[in-house]
Amino acid sequence: MAKVSRNWGPLHPAPPPPDEERLAKTELGREAQLELYRFMKLNRMAEDRLGNLYRQGKVVGGLYSSRGQEATSVGSAYALEPQDFVGPLIRNLGSMLVRGVQPSEVMMQYMARGGGPTGGKDANTHFGDVSRGLIAPISMLGALIPVMAGVALAARMQGRNAVALTYIGDGGTSTGDFHEGMNLAAVLNVPLVLIVENNGWAYSTPTSRQMRIKDIAVRAAGYGIPAEIVDGNDVLAVHGATKRAVERARGGAGPTLIEAKTFRMKGHAEHDDAGYVPREQIEEWKKKDPIDRFERHLLGEGHGLATREELEAITSALDSMLNEEVDRALASPLPPPERAFLGVYAESPVSPAASGRGGRVAV
Amino acid sequence: MSAVTYLEAIRQALLEEMERDERVFLIGQDLGVYGGAFRVTAGLLERFGPERVVDTPISESAMVGAAIGASLLGMRPVVEMQFIDFISCAFNQIVNFAAPNHYRWGQAVPIVVRGPAGGNVHGSVFHSQNPEGFFQRAPGLKIVAPATAADAKGLLTAAIRDPNPVLFFEHKYLYRRIKEELPNGDYEVPIGRARVAREGRDLSVITYGAMLHVALEAAGRLEADGIDLEVLDLRTLKPLDQEAILASVKKTSRVIVLSEEPLTGSVAGEVAARIAEHAFPWLDGPVHRLCCPDTPVPFSPPLEEAYLPNVDKLVAKVRELSSY
Repeated sequence: MAKVSRNWGPLHPAPPPPDEERLAKTELGREAQLELYRFMKLNRMAEDRLGNLYRQGKVVGGLYSSRGQEATSVGSAYALEPQDFVGPLIRNLGSMLVRGVQPSEVMMQYMARGGGPTGGKDANTHFGDVSRGLIAPISMLGALIPVMAGVALAARMQGRNAVALTYIGDGGTSTGDFHEGMNLAAVLNVPLVLIVENNGWAYSTPTSRQMRIKDIAVRAAGYGIPAEIVDGNDVLAVHGATKRAVERARGGAGPTLIEAKTFRMKGHAEHDDAGYVPREQIEEWKKKDPIDRFERHLLGEGHGLATREELEAITSALDSMLNEEVDRALASPLPPPERAFLGVYAESPVSPAASGRGGRVAV
Repeated sequence: MSAVTYLEAIRQALLEEMERDERVFLIGQDLGVYGGAFRVTAGLLERFGPERVVDTPISESAMVGAAIGASLLGMRPVVEMQFIDFISCAFNQIVNFAAPNHYRWGQAVPIVVRGPAGGNVHGSVFHSQNPEGFFQRAPGLKIVAPATAADAKGLLTAAIRDPNPVLFFEHKYLYRRIKEELPNGDYEVPIGRARVAREGRDLSVITYGAMLHVALEAAGRLEADGIDLEVLDLRTLKPLDQEAILASVKKTSRVIVLSEEPLTGSVAGEVAARIAEHAFPWLDGPVHRLCCPDTPVPFSPPLEEAYLPNVDKLVAKVRELSSY
């Protein structure tokens, strides 16, 4: 029997030493940077509230956290224009918030309430709204990539001057749809940007057991498209790289793959204590927390971008807002049972959603 | 007006809908310059250009995925599977993305996935299948399988205009073997409605696709024996026209469900179940299914002949049930 090589390398490439205090150069001004900060904080604080609701037994099913990855979601989605489309995955709450999703919408989804965007028919962040440029994913990873390639194709056909952006994790790049979708997008030269969030772990499987390459970005060469590797915990770096990719796409230069190196600071879902993740790895990445780093950047001497009081005011405003959002979500009743039978078929392309919240359909 | 083949009827539907509605576009393999493996899309690239006749790599899942994405923005994509057997490569996109989308978040997915199905052309295991049973139980899908040229055009037109994902199973045996004059002008054959192809008193044969022609030929042969067959062409397999099915069975009290699928898990099984459940008091004999055996589709002509239902097998089954 042939000898099988078990030399799979280290579990995860060691993070760069935490001398990376300096964030990437940016063209964004003070107001925009404070907005980025606000969205990242909102992302984390909304998830903290969801964690509370989970521990109170109010969440139905699993709860998925993007703790540690906020910079990737927020920085990338912030690079889009209003006419663009985004297809977020389960750890992209931040992208959804940037697109105008209200925290209470997501809370109602997690609590299976009737007032949520799917009216209780689907869970968590699994909802879309074409009028807000938001496309819902399905749980089968990779499937959204060809779909977003089709969104980009239609956007071009319709002369919308729009770009489609979507996400995949390190594990999701092992799927057939990742390959089919990227290859099709490249061949058709559609305006698609793919953010690969390499967060080290696909559930309990480390990236090194998902693939033999160190940088997922090298896969782009197989499709003949450009790629960038960015520090996924630097919101300005993510924003800058995405902006460049979005501009290329809008200009007709086709798709780009961006690998954001980041880290999943919690388990796959709330029930998972991630005991398989080496302790020291978590400690290393804690030092690179994207919100702490951005805070230090904003407060940094010489910048004059923000004072501690200003940042605290943002946080405290978010806190009050989230109080209201939680109350709103809790006030929503569970859906009426008869709704289970409604809305399997569309009556017409512009029919209202069976949830009774009104359908939203593209022009 | 001259007679038009089943294949030409499909081409006409595509062409006319593309002219009528600029949201309609085609996506698939070898559609453009080559005109499709069966030439269904011949001439459409020249007419509509590469942005509306989109050739893709060999990526069935991405073809359907891209169609779904485009439909979310209001386009009306028509995907071609070179052979319908390959639709299994896009199973996840169809069953998990397209089918439940409207139910999940209220957004319609108006796509059509069409392609040549069925056997009797010695296409072997992977160019002869009837996969409708795999999709029959996916809520949100519609499935159409025309048996005549007029239906092929009218149903495809309706499928393209339907706001839901529609699987359109063409029978490749019929492509160039049947022709007829088509109705004038723009017409739709409504999805969800069966058609009595032959009125009869004694026994109902419920069928679709190429098997319709087997049933009609058998009916002609049995007429000499004094057995008067009613033949119901389902035309739409999902949602089934239960009303028409039960009406026919209540009239004749004997029924054979004839289809070209492997027996187990077939659409024919669902039809039989509904009859047993809702028309039991009217029945004078057991509900029979005449399908293919539970084997892959064999290649060599004597094997495929043994595998497929045909006029002789149907006539024998009718005689058996008539004397029950």
